[in-house]
Amino acid sequence: MHHHKEAQVVLRLDQITKTFGALTANDAVGFTLHEGEVIALLGENGAGKTTLMNILFGQYTADRGTVEVMGRALPPGNPRAALDAGVGMVHQHFTLADNMTVLENVTLGTRPLWSLGQRRTAARARIVQLADDFKLSVDPDARVGTLTVGERQRVEILKALYRDARILILDEPTAVLTPQETTDLFETLRKAVALGLSIVFISHKLHEVMAISDRVIILRHGRVVHEGATGDTDPQDLAARMVGGEVAAPKAAPGTPGAPLLALSGVSTPDRGAAPGLKSLDFSLLAGQITGLAGVSGNGQGALADLIGGMIRPASGTLSLAGADVTSWTPRTAVQAGIARIPEDRHKTGTIADFDLTENAILEGYAGAPFSRHGWMNWSAAKAFSEDIITRYDVRCPGPTTRIRLLSGGNMQKLILGRVMEGEPQIILANQPVRGLDIGAVNYVHSQLLKARDRGAAVLLISEDLDEIMALSDVIHVISEGRLSPPFARGTMTPADLGVWMAGHGFVEAAHAS
Amino acid sequence: MRLEPIVNPSLARTLAPPALAIAGTVVIASLLAMLAGANPFSVLGLILKGAFGSQFALLETLNRATPLIFTGLAVAVAFRARLWNIGAEAQLYAGALVVAILGAGLLDWPAILLLPTMAILAMIAGAVLLLIPALLKVRLGVDEVVTTLLINFIFLLFVSMLLEGALKDPMGMGWPKSARLIEEARLPRIIDGLRLHWGFGLALISAVIVWIIGARTTLGYEMRAVGLNREAAEFAGIPVSRVLIKTALLSGGLAALAGYSEVAGLKGSLTLDLSPGFGYTGIIVAMLALLNPLGVIAAALFVAGIFVGADSMSRAVGVPTYLADIMLATALLLMVVAILLTRFRVVRE
Repeated sequence: MHHHKEAQVVLRLDQITKTFGALTANDAVGFTLHEGEVIALLGENGAGKTTLMNILFGQYTADRGTVEVMGRALPPGNPRAALDAGVGMVHQHFTLADNMTVLENVTLGTRPLWSLGQRRTAARARIVQLADDFKLSVDPDARVGTLTVGERQRVEILKALYRDARILILDEPTAVLTPQETTDLFETLRKAVALGLSIVFISHKLHEVMAISDRVIILRHGRVVHEGATGDTDPQDLAARMVGGEVAAPKAAPGTPGAPLLALSGVSTPDRGAAPGLKSLDFSLLAGQITGLAGVSGNGQGALADLIGGMIRPASGTLSLAGADVTSWTPRTAVQAGIARIPEDRHKTGTIADFDLTENAILEGYAGAPFSRHGWMNWSAAKAFSEDIITRYDVRCPGPTTRIRLLSGGNMQKLILGRVMEGEPQIILANQPVRGLDIGAVNYVHSQLLKARDRGAAVLLISEDLDEIMALSDVIHVISEGRLSPPFARGTMTPADLGVWMAGHGFVEAAHAS
Repeated sequence: MRLEPIVNPSLARTLAPPALAIAGTVVIASLLAMLAGANPFSVLGLILKGAFGSQFALLETLNRATPLIFTGLAVAVAFRARLWNIGAEAQLYAGALVVAILGAGLLDWPAILLLPTMAILAMIAGAVLLLIPALLKVRLGVDEVVTTLLINFIFLLFVSMLLEGALKDPMGMGWPKSARLIEEARLPRIIDGLRLHWGFGLALISAVIVWIIGARTTLGYEMRAVGLNREAAEFAGIPVSRVLIKTALLSGGLAALAGYSEVAGLKGSLTLDLSPGFGYTGIIVAMLALLNPLGVIAAALFVAGIFVGADSMSRAVGVPTYLADIMLATALLLMVVAILLTRFRVVRE
């Protein structure tokens, strides 16, 4: 921090307080960002990071406190003020128009439409210059719809730079990137810092925070609980401060694989819009083993999960469950066959937001005993079931009649875990089971998966987080463009090795080799 | 000004919308009455008196509420599952048509057999009428708002054709009406001498049954799940298409009972002015009731009271009965706004 003493303060948040009813999302939060500095903003989900950024960008008005950019206070509640003052935000979910070119996307909204023709050449020259300065290689005339996720992110950054942003705020920027793309992004960020920009980097990934930031600020329960130079700390220390205690990551001893429980042979599915379908997959899940599926999102993971979960049927090929053909099953038959499904999106597909905990707990089992008989619900059995889950899976909530939308992501996920794990399922499909969860909940979910494996269940773990995949999996497949890599045993691949496959290269080489 | 979601609305906030909607409606109706040159207090008083002020008025209101309870239930059941049934009007006429055909002498059965048979067949007719759009929706993704709405016009023209032709009453002096029902096909009065037929009783029973289905059966649970989040319902293994079809059958059947009760209970024959838009007003009733089956009874009484009261008020002071339409429209709009305010609070910048 010392070498920033002389540097100018470009952003100052002071005493920001924001409450939503009884919840204090931000409690007197403040920090300063200096020119040429990278701050990492760390915190569990619900720690108040999003609220803080929404206040900075005028989406929310703070109850108390001020935001100053370049020494000038921003008027509260005005989304344009931050942009005009030179703050650019790169959201986790991009805000680009797919049917327009990079050039059009970058210049959109920066000047009147009728001058589009005349100044096009100047705009293009400027974009090419910026792309060159910041090492953001992207074709200005390409349609955004045809770009990869990494390229789209570069367009988002270009958009901010084109608007003369001096401060870049990146919200979980690496969540969707391959390791190589992450390396490229970091190079761009280092260039930007060298050119005098300042960066706020919001992330869950501790080693990235260590790699890129000068200072770390940790939020917990809406308060700043730690602020210090990155060099003075280490990932374990940061993790401990985030959750407020020593983090006990589950120990993943190698599993002992048994017989194949679920086998896919020659399975293909049609493409879904931009997402590729599966390309003739052969694949089986063994008992007592966690199979990790690594890959950048949107490379066929969704199709595979839907297939195993009974949501779709293959266009060709077969699924067999312990030898029996189940190619034409449905979600209900999948559940009845003992498949536990933890869906990717717990808000949209895993739960019904306006149902209470009890109603959500029986979502998969309501049609049979003990929850109903001859079409009549047995609500007391349902309530007993949800109370049991609440106790045994440590779901923090006011009670079984609470609407599930009021629960945090972690507690929601625990309810889903309880729901699917109750019958000791033999096959577990965990699709992004810890996305967006805090470390405590992450460890809990992981230990449950390991416990299931140790009692002989076959687990398929789909994740975009390589650390998670490598920590838990006994065997790893990489999926790219709907193609599946050969299985890699635990410990035989480095992240860089897997990254090559994730970027789709290994497949070409394998094809050449064969 | 912005809207901010309220995490856990209090009981007062939950009960506020109907109260606010009624209060706002009264204020706006008063202003309109003043515009029409009448004393607003006497206008409102006359509406109230005309709706509930005497035994005759009260019975009239209950009679008027009867078809509205049925169509309100039909809409509430469908909307709960997010099946947008705008076709209760046609389904009502389908039920009425069955009664007009079977009850005018075609089936010469005792009342105890004839009345339930007609009710069941009427429900089947209404159900089938909604089954077509529902199948088009789940099979081909055709928007049911469009199909149910258009079927209203087609079916009314079909009824009109029958009333001018095959079903025309030979004793009807040339009027487009069906032959009178035989005595066994008429719904009896609940209490001798009082002009209130068993259609009203059937409506109350239906509301209770629909409430029980919603709260106590797997079908009710499925319908709510499908309505609140179709994607999650599908993922969990709820047979979404089948639930929507069952919902359509129930909804169409309930709407048809409105026609059954109007012809067999009140009118005794089918004419084209059997329903002054009960099917559409059912949407207002269901929305005012927040789609709650028991709330439908209260909402139907409120709506019927305004119509009946406004008729009587109009005769007395000459303010047009359009005031009733305006009051209903106002109540509905205010209700929608008020519901928004229970879920969100307005934040002033």
